[in-house]
Amino acid sequence: MTAWESERRPRIVEIDGDYPGARLARMWDTRPGPIGWLSSVDHKEIGKRYIVTAFAFLILGGVEALVMRLQLAGPERRLLTPEQYNQLFTMHGVTMIFLYAGPILTGFSNYLWPLLLGSRDMAFPRLNALSYWIYLAAGLFMYAGFVTGHGPNDGWFNYVPYASIKYDPGVNIDIYAIGLIFLGISTTVGAANFVVTFLRLRAPGMSVNRVPILIWGTLTASVANLLAVPSVSLAMFLLWTDRQFGFHFFDAAKGQPLLWQHLFWMFGHPWVYAIVLPAMGMVSDGLPTFCRRPLVGYTPVALATVGTMALGFGVWVHHMFATGVPSLSLAFFSGASLIITIPSSVVVFAWIATIWNGRPVITTAFLFFSSMIVLFVIGGVSGVMTASTPVDWQLTDTYFVVAHIHYVLIGINVFPVAGGIYYWFPKMTGRLLNERLGRWNFWTMFVGFNVCFLPMHTLGLLGMPRRIYTYAPGLGWGLQNLVVSVGAVLFAIGVLLLLVNIAVSLKRGRRAGANPWDAPTLEWSTPSPPPSYNFAVIPTIASGLPLWEDRLNKGPARSRLTTGMLLDRGRETIGTSALDSEPNLILEMPADSLSPFCLAVAMTIFFVAALFHVWWLVVAGGVLCLASLIAWFWPRRVHADMEAADG
Amino acid sequence: MVDAVYGGEVLPVGSRRRNGVGWWGVLCLIATEGSVFVYLLFGYYYFAAQHGAGWLPSTHPSLKLSGPCTIDLVLSSLVIWWAEGGAKKGDRVRHLVGTGVTILMGVLFLVLELWEWSGKTFSAESGSYGSLFFTITGFHMAHVFVGIIMLSVVFAWSAAGFFNPRRHQPVTIAATYWHFVDVVWIAVFSTLYLTPYLW
Repeated sequence: MTAWESERRPRIVEIDGDYPGARLARMWDTRPGPIGWLSSVDHKEIGKRYIVTAFAFLILGGVEALVMRLQLAGPERRLLTPEQYNQLFTMHGVTMIFLYAGPILTGFSNYLWPLLLGSRDMAFPRLNALSYWIYLAAGLFMYAGFVTGHGPNDGWFNYVPYASIKYDPGVNIDIYAIGLIFLGISTTVGAANFVVTFLRLRAPGMSVNRVPILIWGTLTASVANLLAVPSVSLAMFLLWTDRQFGFHFFDAAKGQPLLWQHLFWMFGHPWVYAIVLPAMGMVSDGLPTFCRRPLVGYTPVALATVGTMALGFGVWVHHMFATGVPSLSLAFFSGASLIITIPSSVVVFAWIATIWNGRPVITTAFLFFSSMIVLFVIGGVSGVMTASTPVDWQLTDTYFVVAHIHYVLIGINVFPVAGGIYYWFPKMTGRLLNERLGRWNFWTMFVGFNVCFLPMHTLGLLGMPRRIYTYAPGLGWGLQNLVVSVGAVLFAIGVLLLLVNIAVSLKRGRRAGANPWDAPTLEWSTPSPPPSYNFAVIPTIASGLPLWEDRLNKGPARSRLTTGMLLDRGRETIGTSALDSEPNLILEMPADSLSPFCLAVAMTIFFVAALFHVWWLVVAGGVLCLASLIAWFWPRRVHADMEAADG
Repeated sequence: MVDAVYGGEVLPVGSRRRNGVGWWGVLCLIATEGSVFVYLLFGYYYFAAQHGAGWLPSTHPSLKLSGPCTIDLVLSSLVIWWAEGGAKKGDRVRHLVGTGVTILMGVLFLVLELWEWSGKTFSAESGSYGSLFFTITGFHMAHVFVGIIMLSVVFAWSAAGFFNPRRHQPVTIAATYWHFVDVVWIAVFSTLYLTPYLW
């Protein structure tokens, strides 16, 4: 190995098709064994862990939903006590919204971002690993409460005064408060990683108008998370001080209960977009592949993605229309909520135009992506209805709103994710999922979903309130509730078929080449699965669809994928300027490290000790965190020494 | 043609000055930490708007200690800026002296704040104003404390000779964070100590 240089001219090489890359593999491969597994900072490994863990939580949340549907299948059923039902519907919401819907998209983005951007890893690989370990620890933290019978039980929105110590004296809500603060750290560091990766790690030539829409979706969500997550973390902290130390933020006597709702929804509404925009990006990138043409309206779709989020920060009060806020406020937030339909419609029409003008190849992935448009429109229309204050007053806290949230979150998150699995599974594993089983999978999920959630609209119109553990006979809700429960079982069977398909195809799926779908974006230029270093040479990008340039033939410029910088003096990748992606730095990437795992363990100690008021252990955990961080940021002496020698 | 993207220039290896990813990372940290204080101050103004002037303590918060606190912290920003200039020029003594003085000024701020706390006639449990006052100033003091730790670590690394005029990203990161802590204080100070006089 050559001596370290403080600056150099990267060697440009041309590789042929089967470049072995053994030298790069030695530098980038994660060592085998448990220590290697715990210390891996490979974004692909972390991405897959995120996806698997989020799916495990999806199954848990799904089972919780099925138990609730058994309880609600008929009137006056006594399968669950009210307290059990409260914990179940709360954990169902917490699980699906915080432990599944956000992390699953983080998983896809983690796996795909460097491959889409032509980079060898994320900007902060160790932070990436930390983000995963905290997510896992926080999820287990909250579930530890649930399995011991102390799960959060006031709904995922956790409204005071229900959640105050006076009406909920157990440890349930403290577990939720501390757990969510803990999870917020994971979301925040993950978001910072995406933002900096976007700004500095795009391949040369990949200017901001050439990145896939998924990048725009996750970037927008990440910026929003940086600004919005502090609101809920703070709210949870203030609630904890109210409950444990007698502070007066939210109690009815001296505090302001409504402040909770403001802080919660100032976070909550941007979060709703954070858990759908990256999924919409997956559709915007996947759909064109199967329509055999570029996405119609790339620029409007990118702008609509950012615009949706910008507006999304100004609509939180529409969750509070029935709380007695002033009429001026009602008018403003109702108007703002209606305006959001404009960027959403831009995206919907772009997708429809892409299908309309394309020659669609019907695959399972295409079915999931295109059916998502239908579900998005249904969920969007019910959203427009409740954006109108008088309609909302009629429908608030009924099953209509339950129908709306599920059309939006399952429609715009689970369906694109299922499609994304069919689309990117070959890239991740080297094998295709079974298409025949895929059709059964799709139609069972699609029919089951609609049988389950469509009747909830009419149940809501008939006045059935949400969050009730049972209902009296003779209200006319029994039959529809039975249909809903049957649909829920059908939908669950559909999800089960997806898992079966994955299990079968992992071993026996048809081998996929580098680009089984003949797709246009950069990740498909790498082998399936990609090597640890992603790209043997750093590609140079000339358009947004580098693999379709020859057939689209727009101008003479061509991306170069086999000739480029060979950065092989250690783990290196290229840093580029923020807008135009001109190379301006050779980034030294960190080696695999145990410090993210250790820091996550230290933080777990800190938060568990805080929950039980063991203050010496809180201090010890804090000192441990500090020590880990100092070790983490230890500068490399070699820089100063070598440059001193240079003179 | 794409060849124009990279013309064969010599590129620095590893982060230099503000060119590294760490600098952008600390900007993200500042954005999210700044948001924490935006939401905290939102809480304060929300209470103030809902309750009116009667919500404040009967005597307006005194500037006797908080005034010197503010002057101390604003001046410390100038000192750390001067210290960072030393790191850029390779003047290690100037960097160490400036950073050391900034740390002392930060400690002085904490001492004055705790003194201010001990003289309060209300507590965090006595009412919502007290809860907000101690939480907001407490959050800020925690940030000053973190800033002092960052500066102390950078001080030690600088003394050990880890930095040179081209490679001192941790110096820049710690200094930037310190400026952020000062700017937050100006917002906190204006809200808690100055706005009551406007009513």
